[in-house]
Amino acid sequence: MADDLVVVRGVTFAYEERPVLFDVDMAIPRGKVVAIMGLSGCGKTTLLRLIGGQLKPQRGDVLVDGLSVPSLGEEALYRLRRRMGMLFQMGALFTDLTVYENVAFQMREHTDLPEPLIRDLVLMKLHAVGLRGAWHLRPAELSGGMARRVALARAIALDPMLILYDEPFAGLDPISLAVIGRLIRTLNDALGATSVVVTHDVQESLKVVDYVYLMSEGRVIFSGDVAAVHASRDPYVRQFVDGRPDGPVPFHYPAPPWQEMLDHDYA
Amino acid sequence: MTTLERVVGLVGRLGAPVVDAAVGLGAATRFFLSVLAASTSCLRRPRLVVRELYFIGVLSLAIILVSALFVGMVLGLQMYDTLVRFGSEDIVGMVVALALVRELGPVLSALLISSRAGSAVTAEIGLMKATEQLSAMEMMAVPPVARVVAPRFWAGVLAVPLLTAIFDVVGIFGGWLVAVPLLGVDDGTFWSQMRAAVDFRLDVVNGLIKSLWFGVAILFIAVHQGFHAEPTAEGVSRATTRTVVRSALVVLGLDFVLTAFMFRGFEGMG
Repeated sequence: MADDLVVVRGVTFAYEERPVLFDVDMAIPRGKVVAIMGLSGCGKTTLLRLIGGQLKPQRGDVLVDGLSVPSLGEEALYRLRRRMGMLFQMGALFTDLTVYENVAFQMREHTDLPEPLIRDLVLMKLHAVGLRGAWHLRPAELSGGMARRVALARAIALDPMLILYDEPFAGLDPISLAVIGRLIRTLNDALGATSVVVTHDVQESLKVVDYVYLMSEGRVIFSGDVAAVHASRDPYVRQFVDGRPDGPVPFHYPAPPWQEMLDHDYA
Repeated sequence: MTTLERVVGLVGRLGAPVVDAAVGLGAATRFFLSVLAASTSCLRRPRLVVRELYFIGVLSLAIILVSALFVGMVLGLQMYDTLVRFGSEDIVGMVVALALVRELGPVLSALLISSRAGSAVTAEIGLMKATEQLSAMEMMAVPPVARVVAPRFWAGVLAVPLLTAIFDVVGIFGGWLVAVPLLGVDDGTFWSQMRAAVDFRLDVVNGLIKSLWFGVAILFIAVHQGFHAEPTAEGVSRATTRTVVRSALVVLGLDFVLTAFMFRGFEGMG
């Protein structure tokens, strides 16, 4: 379909012996902000790396803008990646460069733009995330929330058609959380981009996204818009969204019966 | 366990390290070729190399200068002490210069640079990997081997012979300092004996050729260990240690091989 920017079709993936994704199907419509949610280790970050072409699936296909990512050669993949932006979990800012140079990095690597034009663009991107005044700082001098915003400015440096977010809300204070949430929405709409947000932060992401895929143990177990998430009676969805300690995802790690464990010698 | 199983197990335990070593060597060779293939980026953007040349070369100057001065001075003392017994203290300059340009200059500079700069290169690249900076670069369609690895590699390969040349000069000055002003060897004899005995092509240039190979070896070990470090704190620390240890062993081993190739004594053996 032409109006889906990203299509994941029957993808199965394993890290050597450890299977991570089982026959996953997904469609990310153009212009939307889509969340992929699930517990830690359910394979959502892996899915993001498959979309970015850093991993190749054992079975199935990943299409981005009609191109089959796993079958692209290095040059074609790099050409596609210039149209993608990715926000890494810990920001992944280049620590030997200033904030300004971090945002300018891709412009200098991939374009022949004159320096005054790069300056204007960098300052615009930094202004969009509210950090124009921090252009001279080094990544080590930034707070966690500021680093995340600089990384976001860097991710949108070349006006990507697709923005990938890996846990954008992890480890942020409440204000930074709200700021990042709002930026994901406004930048997506202002740039006319499409965004994929991998997260386990339900409350924050439900405020900004259009559509939700919920994953568990490598499978998609629920998909729908935000209203459908709230209306769902599925016990797993309810446990995940309401944050209940026990339910389909048990509180207890699997253990043998009490009697057996009491008879065991632990010395 | 049957005897057969034991034998199979024993052969397996013996064979596994050999297979691992072969696989490791193959992977390293492939990585080396990919670094060479990515090196055109250094020609297109020499500023990347110049920057690293500053970190690897200029910032190693202090340790090279101080070490060279003391090595030269100690060498002067020791040589004088021995030679004076035979009344040959006039050739202190020659002995100091030959020892430095042939062996001590290239080997000690390489060892110092690998511990001062090689370890830093490994730690830096390893931490860039651990903090996803290399991954981020890949997602920005900038190949990390071309942007991060190749400039450091070539800067180091350039820096090692340059620093070795400086080591040689400062070391000889240290030897002179002890022999002439301190111990009273005649100034003119000191220099003329040295000039008579040291051959520019066979001693000085060969020494620098050695150091060029040492540079290739230690910088490759450094970038290879950093790029393939396990992306954790322990992983980076282990990789840094391995860089220093392996560089030292490779430099000393390579020194023997290169010296054997350059050795003139074989010619007389027919």
